Amino acid sequence: MRLGMKLLLVAVAVLAAGVLIGFYVSNLTTLAGSPAYSVPVQKVNGHPVVNLEFQTVAAIGPKLSQNPDWVSYLIHTSGGWKRETVWNLPANATVHVTWFNFDGASGLRNPYLARPQGMVGNRVTIDGKPANAIDPADASHTFAVPALGIIVAAPGIADNAKNQCGFAPCPMSNAHRTIKFTFHTTTPGHFRWQCFVPCAAGWIFGFGGPMQTIGYMDGFLNVRA
Amino acid sequence: MAADQAAAPQQPTDSTNHGVRVVVAWIVLATIATPLVAIYVGPLIPPGNATVQAQGQTFTNQVMVSILTPVLCLMVVFFGYGLLRFRARRSDVILDGPPIRNDARIQLLWIVITSSIVLFLAGFGTYELLKDGSGGGQGPNPIALPAGHNSAYQVQVIGQQWQFTYRYPSLGGMESNQLVLPADRLIRLNVTSLDVVHSFWAVELGVKADANPGVNNVVYVETKSPTLFHVRCAELCGLWHGYMFNTGRVVSSTQFTSWATHEQKVFASIKHFVNRDAPYAPFYLPSTAERRAG
Repeated sequence: MRLGMKLLLVAVAVLAAGVLIGFYVSNLTTLAGSPAYSVPVQKVNGHPVVNLEFQTVAAIGPKLSQNPDWVSYLIHTSGGWKRETVWNLPANATVHVTWFNFDGASGLRNPYLARPQGMVGNRVTIDGKPANAIDPADASHTFAVPALGIIVAAPGIADNAKNQCGFAPCPMSNAHRTIKFTFHTTTPGHFRWQCFVPCAAGWIFGFGGPMQTIGYMDGFLNVRA
Repeated sequence: MAADQAAAPQQPTDSTNHGVRVVVAWIVLATIATPLVAIYVGPLIPPGNATVQAQGQTFTNQVMVSILTPVLCLMVVFFGYGLLRFRARRSDVILDGPPIRNDARIQLLWIVITSSIVLFLAGFGTYELLKDGSGGGQGPNPIALPAGHNSAYQVQVIGQQWQFTYRYPSLGGMESNQLVLPADRLIRLNVTSLDVVHSFWAVELGVKADANPGVNNVVYVETKSPTLFHVRCAELCGLWHGYMFNTGRVVSSTQFTSWATHEQKVFASIKHFVNRDAPYAPFYLPSTAERRAG
């Protein structure tokens, strides 16, 4: 085989490998089985406003996952509650978050993360009452976007709460906590969010399974222009 | 028999002294390339000069590149000369070359030169490391102590999946998700982890230290003028390892005091809980507590 042909084959192979790697990286989240959900946008005085509703559940159940006993986030869509954790949001928008937590407390490994930060006023309301911190031992999950400086910890339901939710999606008649806060998106970008509570029951240090798999306790905010 | 000898290809005769040619070409190339690399490429080698330790690392890299350049030149000349001078054409008959015999002088020279380079680099590297730790983690009992280490400003770096937070023992155990350091100050970073092994890499500061649960890994770094720097995790630590980064700042002492005052106010709402659940300690261990519900 001529030298030129050999070099051409090597160049084609390198190019093909580069394209495949680029495709994999750019579609990482889709390949992981968690398609992006575009949250509906409203215009208030010309300013984009988004109402983001999600819930956290102790067990996702057999209808929504092959791992029914995994803890998970669900987002409220026009088609109901879905296990999708990659969300498209507009840039420079106001995002009103309503978070329903149906899970019990696990406790934060780092108590510092129990202070809400990064949202408007650096405070949240929990069951309608303003809060500037929760007891870290009562934390059930966090919604944290480190690159945006956002950290919110949700307290869990009481261990002896009545009418606890078995499997997701959980109706509002089940015991839950309601956390509300508002944050602003800024420039377009791809921001990872995650739960910081080691909440994966049955895994070493609570940080295996759903904590190490995209689409359960973590995801992305795709902020778009 | 006589016919076979007549048909056998003749060994090529070559009186050219290829060795001298290679050495001359190498000396010319190395004499030109080494100062150019040392002067123009050396200063561009990371991490820069944001801290005394980073400056030391850049200097070390300059020294190593300056030593490696002549070695690289020799390899390039040797292979280049061989490829060009002894390249066989398609029409050439393939002949076995003349037998190679050892030359004790060359062997001795080769051993002396390579051993000298390796021993010098080992000695030089050890000296640089022992001077002040060179920005590397030294474990809980550091031996390379820089001057004034007893009055170093202490900051604790806490790694966890997947974020670094920073605790300031002199500010009542205040914790922040921003790493802010005073300028022109010797800093003692106490690096640890709450879960798995991470590696704290403050790129422009020239600092890199593993963060292990249950271990206080000490690093000394002396800041210079105000600057920005990047922090990354350099140890594959799980799903979001690639996203475990943020930006830190070296600021003037006035700005540092102002920032610390503000952060302490913000921290006040959680201070009680932090000091109750995780009072400041050189290190922490992951809790194996089971979930209470769910």
